[in-house]
Amino acid sequence: MNETDIVKDFLVESYENLDRLDRDLVGLEKNPRDKDCLAGVFRTIHTIKGTCGFLGFNKLEKVAHVGENLLTRLRDGQLALNPEITTALLGMVDAVRQMLKEIAETGQDGEVDYPELRETLTRLQGAALAPTRAANDTASGAAKAAQAEGFSPGEDAAGADRASAIQPDEIGPAPAVAATGTNKGPAKESELRPRETVAETIRVGVNVLDKMMTLVGELVLARNQLLQISNTVEDAGLQAVSQRMNLIASELQEEVMKTRMQPIGNIWNQFPRTVRDVALGCGKEVGIEMEGKETELDKTIIEAIKDPLTHLVRNSVDHGIEVPEERVKAGKDRTGRLILRAFHEGGQVIIEISDDGAGLKEEQIRKKAVERGVVTADQVARMTEREIFNLIFLPGFSTAEKVTNVSGRGVGMDVVKTNVERIGGNVDLQSTPGRGTTVRVKIPLTLAIIPALVVTCAGERYAIPQVSLLELVRLEADEVTKGIELVHGAPVYRLRGRLLPLVYLNQELKLESDSRQAATGDGAVNIVVLQADERQFGLVVDQINDTEEIVVKPLRKQLKTVKTFAGSSIMGDGRVALILDVLGLAQRASVVTETRDRSLTEKTSEAAGTEEGKQTFLLFAGPGDSRMAIPLGTLARLEEFPVSHVEMSGSQWVTQYRGQILPLIRLTVALEERRNRLRALQAPPAADSGPIQVLVLNHDGRSFGLVVDRILDIIDDRADVRSAATRANVLYSAVIGERVTELLDIPAILRNADRNTTESTLATRSAEVAN
Amino acid sequence: MAHTSQFCTFYLDKLLFGVELKGVQEVIRSLEMTKVPLAPSVVSGLINLRGQIVTAVDLRRRLDLDPRAQGTLAMNVVVRSEDGAVSLLVDEIGDVVEVEGDSFEAPPETLRGSVRSMILGVHKLKDRLLHVLDIEKACQMTDGAETAIGR
Repeated sequence: MNETDIVKDFLVESYENLDRLDRDLVGLEKNPRDKDCLAGVFRTIHTIKGTCGFLGFNKLEKVAHVGENLLTRLRDGQLALNPEITTALLGMVDAVRQMLKEIAETGQDGEVDYPELRETLTRLQGAALAPTRAANDTASGAAKAAQAEGFSPGEDAAGADRASAIQPDEIGPAPAVAATGTNKGPAKESELRPRETVAETIRVGVNVLDKMMTLVGELVLARNQLLQISNTVEDAGLQAVSQRMNLIASELQEEVMKTRMQPIGNIWNQFPRTVRDVALGCGKEVGIEMEGKETELDKTIIEAIKDPLTHLVRNSVDHGIEVPEERVKAGKDRTGRLILRAFHEGGQVIIEISDDGAGLKEEQIRKKAVERGVVTADQVARMTEREIFNLIFLPGFSTAEKVTNVSGRGVGMDVVKTNVERIGGNVDLQSTPGRGTTVRVKIPLTLAIIPALVVTCAGERYAIPQVSLLELVRLEADEVTKGIELVHGAPVYRLRGRLLPLVYLNQELKLESDSRQAATGDGAVNIVVLQADERQFGLVVDQINDTEEIVVKPLRKQLKTVKTFAGSSIMGDGRVALILDVLGLAQRASVVTETRDRSLTEKTSEAAGTEEGKQTFLLFAGPGDSRMAIPLGTLARLEEFPVSHVEMSGSQWVTQYRGQILPLIRLTVALEERRNRLRALQAPPAADSGPIQVLVLNHDGRSFGLVVDRILDIIDDRADVRSAATRANVLYSAVIGERVTELLDIPAILRNADRNTTESTLATRSAEVAN
Repeated sequence: MAHTSQFCTFYLDKLLFGVELKGVQEVIRSLEMTKVPLAPSVVSGLINLRGQIVTAVDLRRRLDLDPRAQGTLAMNVVVRSEDGAVSLLVDEIGDVVEVEGDSFEAPPETLRGSVRSMILGVHKLKDRLLHVLDIEKACQMTDGAETAIGR
């Protein structure tokens, strides 16, 4: 994004803001005690001032600055709103509007800097609580100022003319509006919007995209039903149509989805400039680093987090990072580091803004909080360090020693928090004195599409975001009593030697069915191993269904209090399923406590994670109950297909998998002696056998499925006791998990499979010729 | 309410209720519902309204009435609230009724408790009373009892 784009965005945004400002100010006049409304007005002006500050529109900034000063006094209750002040403020809005128009047309904020208006605004500030002057006098004065400077008839008409020259079809209405615009306050917003000469892109309302998205979702459901019907009806015409419909709907869905997704880099790109300007303004040296620029977010979210992020970045530079001399004194590099990081975690997007500055001063916050009456001294005494740090997100709180142009008005952080929470996210702050501060913004993937595991519990389906999923463990009925142990009543499972706390979904959700009873009765137990905030736990569910790409839809505001759900989604059959919030669930089940000891968890996970030289293997049964393994890293997924899904392509077993044809290689065939291989290869799948277990592997950009008899386990081992392979397609034998295990040579299997297929095709052909 | 206004009426436990017609998006028969565990008990579940996920509020529970008899299907009156569409579950749909403003009367002082805040008043129809429901209040998802305690 280059600078003109930034200016353009700024203009569009400011026009919208100004319109709201007009409404708010007028509303405020009717109801001067409306604190929220006043805070809204204040924030709007603050945003405009802030943005034009770093874009370099100094005159505009000046005007907004005096306006803001006046508003500060109003907000703090040092001044009461009266018509005089309102008129002056509206005059300011008009002046800002006029300057924006100048910027749109010339790129500069005009020649005039409204000395009269600024004087009026400054004087009103001083008027304090004793408004003795005749209200009429100043009001008309301000109006005059606005008229003289902002809306001189000639200028406005000229502007309108220029505009209509670009868009001839608007010649009719434009001058008329301009004429009325000269003698009353603000002209219509549409008249002031910058004119686009080339229309390669169109601004479309997000609500239109939302609607499209919803309708496409419905279309996909209807398509699914149509496909089901067409499969049962023998009609070539219908099948052809439904097939085409299928493709079109999929493509349409993809395209509509794309219209809404944007990489976060789009908003980050303007930060280097922001950082440079702010740093320059306060005599600091700051370098900015970005990770995860390409992380895609829904359009609505991108827009909603833009301002909060800008605030946080400016704050970090202004307050966080010290001036070069101080840094050198503290033994740090002269240049401060500001790191932006974005990534997906647990079905959410996490954005971190870290600086290596001085960190927050706990004592200072404590003092300020009490001084400002945000909390009582008693409360502060009982707070943890983290709680104290998070006090800065409360309204009216600012620790900056002096009010600077950039921040320190106590508006920044609470705006950040409100804006992030409005889209269902949260903000958290960690700080180490002398080392720096990290602000972590967690936002949901409101309308993103995520892969999820669908499970059933008490007859209802729930989706678990795949990102939190580590693995699935199934305990057969006879293993249950032995496998699940109790630590003073709390169920645990030994997963590769470590205790995994178990959480029963039905109990946490207070559902009717009881997995624990089912377990002791007849059934097996399904454990979904999940990761939440660096902790692992096993979620026991009734049934594991499948993985699916789901469209996340946010829950209604009032249901957001239920922290165990991250959203909802519509399933293939048209019914609604809830998406589990793994972290919320873990907190509910006390797997992670909100005020956990971070260093402790980090230490334990470090100790567990870095046992040197170990590799993770997937173990499965080969022919004749032999033990076979592949490194887990080569595995893309584990799947189970019913035999009816296996089709023959020539002599090759294949199946339809995620819109592709997946060749299936049978382990039994691959390990067969060469002379028997051909015969075995051509055998079609036995129709009556149970579902087949398939390891989906990727090699050299090719996907294929390896059909195995049974999956045994996943094991970490060094595998350093080795001996040479005894048969083809095997790399070597090794002791894994205390037993001799053969390691498969995947490239060789693929190579041989290719050769086999060719040979078998040739064999079939020659057989045909012979016949 | 000086002029005539139109109400979409429905029955709950034999009582006649109405919401202003202009606040009603649509009326549909019973839909499949997904329960929301841990949610306030007035939330019956979520329904898929042509791709839009809508929360269904059990009006009987919201109004502290006896629960609906087992096996009877509720109708959905989908209303537009500030926070998007909400489906109100009712027993049976009535007619659209047009009433004069002067037939309206505020609820009697003897109507107490949480329900009072949800009932704006009644229109005196010829043979019965039409309870006028406040859509926003009715869509709030707290249990009747909890509102009364002042949660």
